[in-house]
Amino acid sequence: MRVPPVVAEKIARGLLMLACASAVAVLLFVIGFVMWGGFRHLSWGFLTQPILDMGREGGILPAIVGTLLMVLVAVGIAGPLGVASAIYLAEYTVEGRLTQTIRFGINCLAGVPSIIFGLFGFILFVVMLGFGWSILSGGLSLSAMVLPTIIRTSEEAIRSVPRPFRDVAASLGATRWQTVRRSVLPYALPGILTGVILGIGRSIEDTAVVLFTAGSAVGMPRSLFDSARTMSAHFYILAREGISNDKAYATAAVLICTILVINISAYGIMHRMMRGRRAPSRSARGPAG
Amino acid sequence: MDRWISRLLFLAACSSTAILAAIALFIFKEGVPIMVKTGFGSFLFGKVWAPLQGQFGILPFIIGSIWVTFGSLAIGVPIGVATAFYLAEFAPRRYVVVLKPSIELLAGIPSVVYGFMGVIWLAPLIRNYLGGPGLSILAASCVLAVMILPTIVSVSVDAIQAVPRTFREGALALGATQWQGAWRVIWPAARSGILAGVILGMGRAIGETMAVIMISGNATQIPGSMLDSVRTLTANIAIEMGYATGDHRQALFATGVVLFFFIMLLNTVALRVARRRF
Repeated sequence: MRVPPVVAEKIARGLLMLACASAVAVLLFVIGFVMWGGFRHLSWGFLTQPILDMGREGGILPAIVGTLLMVLVAVGIAGPLGVASAIYLAEYTVEGRLTQTIRFGINCLAGVPSIIFGLFGFILFVVMLGFGWSILSGGLSLSAMVLPTIIRTSEEAIRSVPRPFRDVAASLGATRWQTVRRSVLPYALPGILTGVILGIGRSIEDTAVVLFTAGSAVGMPRSLFDSARTMSAHFYILAREGISNDKAYATAAVLICTILVINISAYGIMHRMMRGRRAPSRSARGPAG
Repeated sequence: MDRWISRLLFLAACSSTAILAAIALFIFKEGVPIMVKTGFGSFLFGKVWAPLQGQFGILPFIIGSIWVTFGSLAIGVPIGVATAFYLAEFAPRRYVVVLKPSIELLAGIPSVVYGFMGVIWLAPLIRNYLGGPGLSILAASCVLAVMILPTIVSVSVDAIQAVPRTFREGALALGATQWQGAWRVIWPAARSGILAGVILGMGRAIGETMAVIMISGNATQIPGSMLDSVRTLTANIAIEMGYATGDHRQALFATGVVLFFFIMLLNTVALRVARRRF
C-alpha cells in the first residue's frame, strides 16, 4: 500500500517535531529536577559560609572562590592568546597549507576530552613544573581546554565585520595593525566577548581537569599555589562519596543557575550583534575608520 | 612594528597546534614505556586488569567504551538528526531562535549533573523495571545520548542549511511535498555533513568521563548485556589516578594513549568527511 504524500508529510512532520520536543523536554526536566531538589536547601548562608565537615555542613564559599580564581587564570591566558590567533587567521593570512595545519590543530584540540587535559596538566604543571595541586595548575590546564572555543567564536566575529571597515581604514593610510585595532576589533568586540563567556562556561562545567590538577582542598585558597576545588568538583565529591545529598542538590542548583546566566548572556550578546549585522547598508556606511 | 605584531600573532595562532603536540608528547612519554614492557598485544587485548599484581590488560575497558558509545549513538543519532531536520527545514523561524539555543544549552550543563541525575533517577528505574544492577551500559548510554545531542544537532543543522537553496526550489518546483524534498533531495546532499556531526558526537561520547564514572558501575569485567555494569577507558583513568603510583600510574597514562589515539582518529575522519561537498 502506498501512503499518499500528504499523509506522509503529516506523519513525518509529526515525528520530527516529536524528536525536537523530546530534546527540549530533557533540558527542562534536567533543570527542573535540579532546581526542585536544590532550592529548598539554598540560603544566603550556603553561599557565604566555609565548607564544614567535608561538606556535610556549612556552605560553598571556598568552592565559589576557587572556581572564580581558576576561571580567571584560564580566561586570562586563553583570552588574549585565542583572540590573537583569531586575528591572525582572519586578517593576517590567506588560506593555504599553513592555515590548514593551524586549523587542523585547533579542531583536534577542540575534540580532545577533558580527562586528557587533566592527565596533561597533571604531568606538566603539577609534577614537572612543580606547581603542585594548585589553582595555577588547574587554571593553566583549563586555558588549554577553552582555547579552541575562544578562537572559533572570535574568528567568526572578526570575519563578520563588513569589508568597508577595512577598506576605509586602508584608504586613510592606516597600517594593517591600525586597521585591526581601531576599526575591526571594536566592531567585533561583542562576538569576541561571547567567545570568552563561552570559555568561562566551559571552565565552570568541567570536573575531570580540575580534580587532576587542582586537587580538592576544602579550605579557603590564599594564593594561586594553594589547592582548591571548583563548584563542579565539590558537587562531584559530595554526590559520589555520598557525603550529603541535600548539599549536593544545593550546589548543583547554584551551578545550573550560573551556567544558565552565562549561556543566556552569551547568546543574548551574539543575537544582538547578528541582528545589527543584518542591516549592513547603514552600519557599513557608519563609523568606519 | 607592524612586522613584529604580525609575527607575534602568528606565534599565537600556532599555540593550539603546539599544545596539541605537547599533550601527545607528555602522554606518550608517560604511557608508552609500560605498553612496551607489558607488550602491546597483551596490554590492548589482555582481559585481566590487576594493577597490584602487575597485570595490565585493558580489553574490558575498550569493549566497555565501544558498548557505551554505540549505545549512546543508537539513542542520540535518530533523535538528533530528526531534531536537526525539524529545526532546519520545518520549524517556523521564531521557534528556531528559541529551540536551537535551548538544545545547545544541553551541552552547557555540567556532566557531573547528568551523572547525578542518572544515579538518582535513571538507574533505579532500570533496576526496577529491567533488572540488573541499574548502573549499567544502558543507563550510561541514555545519559551520553543526551550529552552528545547538542553536537549532533548543531553540526547537522549547519550541514542542512549549507545545502543550496536551488535544491529546495527544484524539488518544490517538481511538485514534491516538503518532506519529499527533505528526504529525497536535502538528505542525500547534507549526508556527509551530518555524518561529520555524528562522528564528532562519537568522540564526545568516548571522551566523556565524570558522568560515565557515576553511572556505569565501573566493574572491571567484559560486559555480556546492556544491563551489565561496565568500565570505560576514561573511567579507568579517573578512578585510579588518585592513588596510582609507579607502573600503575604509567598504565593509566597508557590507557590515555589509547584514548587519545581513538579521539585523533575520529577527529581526522570527521574533518575529512565534513570537507566533502555534495
